[in-house]
Formats: sequence, C-alpha cells, structure tokens
Amino acid sequence: MTIAAFPRSDRHTAPRRSVQRRRSLVLGLLFLSPWIVGFFAFLAFPIAASLYFSFTEFSVLQPPQFIGLANYRELLRDEVFWKALGNTVVYASLALPLGIVVALSLAMLLNTGVPGLAIYRTIFFLPSLVPTVALAILWLWLFNGSYGVLNYFLPGLVRALCWGLWSLPGVALVWLLAQAATARRKPAGQTLLLVGGLAALSAAGWAAGIPNALAAVTPPSWLSDPRWVKPAMVLMSLWGVGHAMVIYLAALQDVPTHLLEAAELDGANPWQRIRHVTLPMLSPVILFNLIMGIIGTFNFFAIPFVMAPGGQPARSAYFLAVNLYDNAYLYLRMGYACAMAWILFVIVFALTMLALRISRGRVHYAE
Amino acid sequence: MFERLRTLLFALPLVLLAGWALAPEPPPRDGRLHIQYWEKWTSFEGDAMRAVVDRFNRIQDRIYVEYLAVSQVDQKMLLATAGGNPPDVAGLWAFNVHVFADNGSLRPLDDLCARDGIGPEDYLPCYWELARHRGRTWVLPTTPATVALHWNKKHFREAGLDPERPPRTLEELVEFADRLTVRDGDRIRRMGFMPSEPGWWNWGWGYWFGGELWDGKSRITADSPENIRAFEWVQGFAKRYGTKELSVFQSGFGNFDSPQNAFISGQVSMVLQGVWMNNFIRTHNPTMEWGAAPFPHPADRPDLARSTVVDMDVLAIPTGARHPEAAWEFIKFVQSHEGMELLCLGQRKHSPLSSMTPEFVRRHPHPYLQLFYDLAKSGRTFHTPRIGIWREYQDEMKNAFEEIWTNGKDPAAMLRRVRERMQPKLDAELERARRRGWLQAHSLLAPAAHALP
Repeated sequence: MTIAAFPRSDRHTAPRRSVQRRRSLVLGLLFLSPWIVGFFAFLAFPIAASLYFSFTEFSVLQPPQFIGLANYRELLRDEVFWKALGNTVVYASLALPLGIVVALSLAMLLNTGVPGLAIYRTIFFLPSLVPTVALAILWLWLFNGSYGVLNYFLPGLVRALCWGLWSLPGVALVWLLAQAATARRKPAGQTLLLVGGLAALSAAGWAAGIPNALAAVTPPSWLSDPRWVKPAMVLMSLWGVGHAMVIYLAALQDVPTHLLEAAELDGANPWQRIRHVTLPMLSPVILFNLIMGIIGTFNFFAIPFVMAPGGQPARSAYFLAVNLYDNAYLYLRMGYACAMAWILFVIVFALTMLALRISRGRVHYAE
Repeated sequence: MFERLRTLLFALPLVLLAGWALAPEPPPRDGRLHIQYWEKWTSFEGDAMRAVVDRFNRIQDRIYVEYLAVSQVDQKMLLATAGGNPPDVAGLWAFNVHVFADNGSLRPLDDLCARDGIGPEDYLPCYWELARHRGRTWVLPTTPATVALHWNKKHFREAGLDPERPPRTLEELVEFADRLTVRDGDRIRRMGFMPSEPGWWNWGWGYWFGGELWDGKSRITADSPENIRAFEWVQGFAKRYGTKELSVFQSGFGNFDSPQNAFISGQVSMVLQGVWMNNFIRTHNPTMEWGAAPFPHPADRPDLARSTVVDMDVLAIPTGARHPEAAWEFIKFVQSHEGMELLCLGQRKHSPLSSMTPEFVRRHPHPYLQLFYDLAKSGRTFHTPRIGIWREYQDEMKNAFEEIWTNGKDPAAMLRRVRERMQPKLDAELERARRRGWLQAHSLLAPAAHALP
C-alpha cells in the first residue's frame, strides 16, 4: 500500500528495503521450513524414488536392480492385476454416482427448510466420523449372513414390498370402480380394462403363490458370496456420504434466491428449477466431489483390507490398492508395486482430466 | 527486548530437538548391556516368554533383555533392518526364515552354534530342518507346532459313533462327517467336517494325499494327480451339502479366539487344528469333551498315516543388530531345557528339543502332549515350501481353494492355472539365485516334505 501510494520514495529507501525484503524472505522461508522440509522429505523425494523403483527389482532388503520396463510388461500380462483393476472400476462406477446422487438428494431434502436443520445435518454427518477400521468391523457384523442385522430385517422388508406392489393393481381397480359407482367422474373404458387386466393377472399370480415365493427368497450371505460382496461394499460406502452432503448443503445455501424466484415467476416447475437453476449453480461443487470421489474410490483400501483379507471370496473383493500392498509388503516386490502405483496414478490422472474436459462449458462458476 | 524473547521462544524448541537427536544414549543405570527383543506374542503367550526373559535377567548380571511386543513383527523387522536400526533379537515365524536369509537380513548362527555345542542332536529333526536354509542355520526355535484332528466326543455319542474311536482314513472321515451333520430342511445346523474351517492350511490339502507343491528343484507341481485328487475330495463336501447352504452356515461362525469358534461352540464336530487348540477350548468351553488324533490318510495310502504340518516360532539376530553376542547369550538360554520348557509349558505346547524332561511332561496341562510331540518325532511331516515366492504362491492356492469351494470351479483347471501362473515366477527366482551363485554352493532346494523312518 505504502509503495503504491508513494512510488517516488522508492529510490531513497531502496537499499534498506532490499535488506528488509531479504530478511522477510528468509523469515518467511524459515516459517515455511517445516512444511518445505516435510514436503521434500515425505512427498517429493518418495514420489521421485517410487518412479525410479518402478524400473527396478527391489525387495526393500537388497539394493534395487535396474530392469527397465520389465515390471510394466509383466503388469500387462498379470491376470490378478487386471482382476483387481476390474473390481476397482466396478466399485468406482457404482459407488461414485450413487454417492453423488444420495448426497445431493439428502442435501436438497435438508435444504427445503425443515425445522431442526442443524440436528439433521449433524445426524447425517456423524457416521463419516467413525474411524475406518471400526467401521469395517461394525459392517462385518451388520452384513453377517446368519446373524446380521441387515438380513434380519431384509426378509420382512422384501415381503412388505412384494405384497404392497402385488396388491397395487387390485387397489387401483377398487378405487376406479368406487369412482365409477359414485359416478362423480366416469373412468375411461381403456383405463378400466388395463387396470382390470392387471388386477386379474396379479390375482392369478397371487393364487399361484408368486409374491410368497418372491418374499421367501433367502437374503444373500453378503460377504461370503462372490456376487454380493462388491454391492455390499458399495452399499456400505453410503455410510460416509455425510461429508459430501455437508459440502452440497453449504453450496445449496449459496444458490441465490432471486434466481429461483425469477424462474418461479416465469412458470418453471420444481424440477425445472432444480435442473436449470440449482444444478448449474452447484456444478463446481459437484465437479469437486466427483474428482475427490475418483481419487477416493480408486484408492479404496482400508475397508476391503479389513473386511475381505486376500480379496476373498475368490478375489471378488480384491482391489488395486490391496494388490499393491500385498506386492510391496508380503511378496517383497516393491519395484513391481511402485509400477502398479504409477499405473494407478496415470488412471486417476486421466480420469480427472477427462472429468475436467467433459465439465468444460457445463460447469458454471458464479461471478 | 520483546523481540529477543520471541526469537528465544522460537529457537528453544529447535535447540531442544537438535539436542535430543544428537545426544548419545545415556548408559543404563544398572551397568548392564540392554538389548532389544521384539516378539509377536501378547496375552498368555506373551506372559510365558516374559517369564523366560525375567528368568534370564535374574540369573546373570551382564545383560538385560527388554521385551517388546510388536504386532506384524516380521514386516516391522523388515523395515527396521532396511532402515539400519533392527532389534537385537527378533521373534519371527519359520516361514520368514528363507526369505529373510536370502535377502541378507539375518545373521547366520553356525559359528555360534559350533562354539557353544548346539547342533542337530539337540532338536527333533523336523524343527532343526526348519531352522536351516541353504546349508546354514539362521534361527533357533522357540515354540513348535504340529496339527491333528480334533473331535467332539459328545457329538459322536449323539450320532451313535464310538466317542473314543476317531476316523482313521479319509473315507471314514467323510462317512463320520455325514453321520454327524445335522440339517433342518435346507438349513445346516451342524457340520461333521468342513475343509474350509479354520482354513489355515487350505494350500496344503494335497500333502494329506501324498502331493507336493513343488518338486524341490525347479518345478511347480500344483496340479499333480495327488493335488487334484485332494481338491476333488474337498469339493465333494461342497457338492454334497450345497455351496450356498455352506456359505450361509459358515457366515455364522464367530472369531477364532471366541466362544463362537465353530468347533468350540459345536457348529463343526471335527476340525484340523494345532497343539494350541487346547488353550482356546480351556478358555472358552472348559467342560467340552474332545479328543485329538492323527489326521486321517487315504485308505489306499497307508504310508501317509500320521502325517502332520509342522511349524514353529523362531528367534533370529537381524543383520546390523548392535549386540549380537549378547543376543546370542539370550537365544542360547532359551534353547536350554530350562528356558525352553518354561516357555513351552507357559504356552502349553510341546518342546522342539529332542527330549522332554519328566518334570515337564508331569506338569504339562495338555492332555494330548505326547501325541503332538510324537507326530513331530515320528510322523510324516510337511511344511510350507521354502521358496521366495511362497507368499504369492500361497495366495494363489487360497484363491484356487475358494474358486473350487465357493464357485464350483473344476479343481484340475484351477490348479493348472496356479501352476501356469507360478512357474515363471519360480523360474525368475531360480535365475536370481543362480546369478548370486547360490545354486552351486548349497542345496537351496531341500525337499518341502520329508519322511522319517
């Protein structure tokens, strides 16, 4: 400020200022030094070293031996690596969109001006504070095929759902007939025929015992069934959705009311208001959560490491980060694991770039 | 004035930090040489080793052993050794020995053994063999283990079987298992026998049928006829009782060390378990009626009777340990009858030494002590193959087991896939060994299993 206000005084004070500037630079660096030292010692150097190790055969105990691209070539042919990568992609492509949709929906529900917002916000946020390992052990019990809480309630829920859905056509028919009888408004013959047909079908199905059979389907033994273990983990990932929800909620509260009111005055219905006002205003936050989600889901480690040792059953829960850990610390193939880490980095980097590229022109940054 | 104070305030922690980092360790007040001992054990197993350490610290006044319980001790020792700051004594597992030895992180003990007269005659041969690799001795034993069939006598009585007569052949095992199994409609209430419980030796089913996982030289033999036969036998259970039913039943098992343990809680009537099982039964269900006998063999292979898996915990001196001589003094004490029997009595296991003192046998609470000792002494023993790729090979075998057990895959095809995956890795390992000149010098390649007369 002083300098800008009195440009002339520069010349007189130049030497003193440069001393002062140097002093403040040194002092600034000194204050920054814990971070700078930490950054180079614990981040920059290890990253560079891991790139070098990825071209070597390195057991940690013996000095690394340079082997060129052999690790990368082997990775291309390693079916376990591809299996782990496949599992990771499946998990990411299910957990990521689901997480965004659920977090966003919850945030929007909370943003409707419910009384006691702070309490709900806390309740939804609270689960994401549980330490990961404790969480994994907890869900191990919730998912237990024989004694799990989930499978205790699931049959009842499925039964209620089956019966409810199954009796829907009948209920609709009764309602239509009642309307016809009171003759307030004659239902169209076509509708009546359709609903009547459906009701007859459902009655026949009922007689044949279909809803009973559907309701009697045994719930999966989640974590010991290769087909269900990934969906189980996706379901579990919703536990931590509170974190993203709070961010969305904050962003939602920043959506200018005047835009929403203007849209309403122009005759936009609620869906159109969400689609054309709220979502564009939220788009930078969605993009941020998407990118953090890509990084997080591709590094999925602690939960499968605790819940599915070795990716059991039959490697259906074997994820890339776990495979990397096994190679580094169990098989003593640090060089191979480093190569794996770099492939993982390239994938995550490419996906992030892709997300940024696709978002260009779609993400709206408010002035 | 204030500024100077502020500078001082910032400088002080830095000075303290530097001082702390640079200052030499003060000599201990008792004038003894303190050595660090890292060990995996906690709870009563840890107490048993602590008692040995205390005895050692009491009977002499030169060395003081500091016992430190460390989880995942092998991985931490690995990193500590790589970082140049290992403990003086490390309590590892036998399956670490060849890997750590080949990577140069263990100090060979041959010279010390020769000097102090410790040799093969002091140990049961199967344990002495586990301590050796490439013709050298790298570690010495702490507690040994063998495995046997454990059966629930009450269940035998309920099923109309003689509670004192366990199955002797694998065919009998299947037949007994069928009679012991209790079903309630589709739901399994109790299994007579279940190959996946506890699942710790899923890689090794072939050995009970006379198979090996490698030929001891250069070939992976995962899909040898014996191994295929073994895994077909395993799959027989899944086919007979239903994969899905078994998976639901198994998901109800509790943790191993809990009253919900499948064998202790009576969900499974017969189980393959080690000498330690007695401790867990005594803790969680002391009134349980059970017995232990050699694991059955195929009816057409009577030569395989009295087979057992041997394993052991070991003491090693890491390369770069600061006080190897003092470490050796402690290890030597553990190898004496006094130290070893104190330890093995505390952990309620048999002794790896070639003889047990009458006092040890008299005071020992394990009802089947002699069985586990004799299995190690005169049985057909086998252990994990001592090749560097073993951990990876083991995971492949475990995966094959799950594919066969849970997914109904063809055993021959799965085991062939394991061989095709592991053979190039073994080739690469042998190539490395050749480069380092090990192959000519020693027999890297001791057979994985050996039969004793």
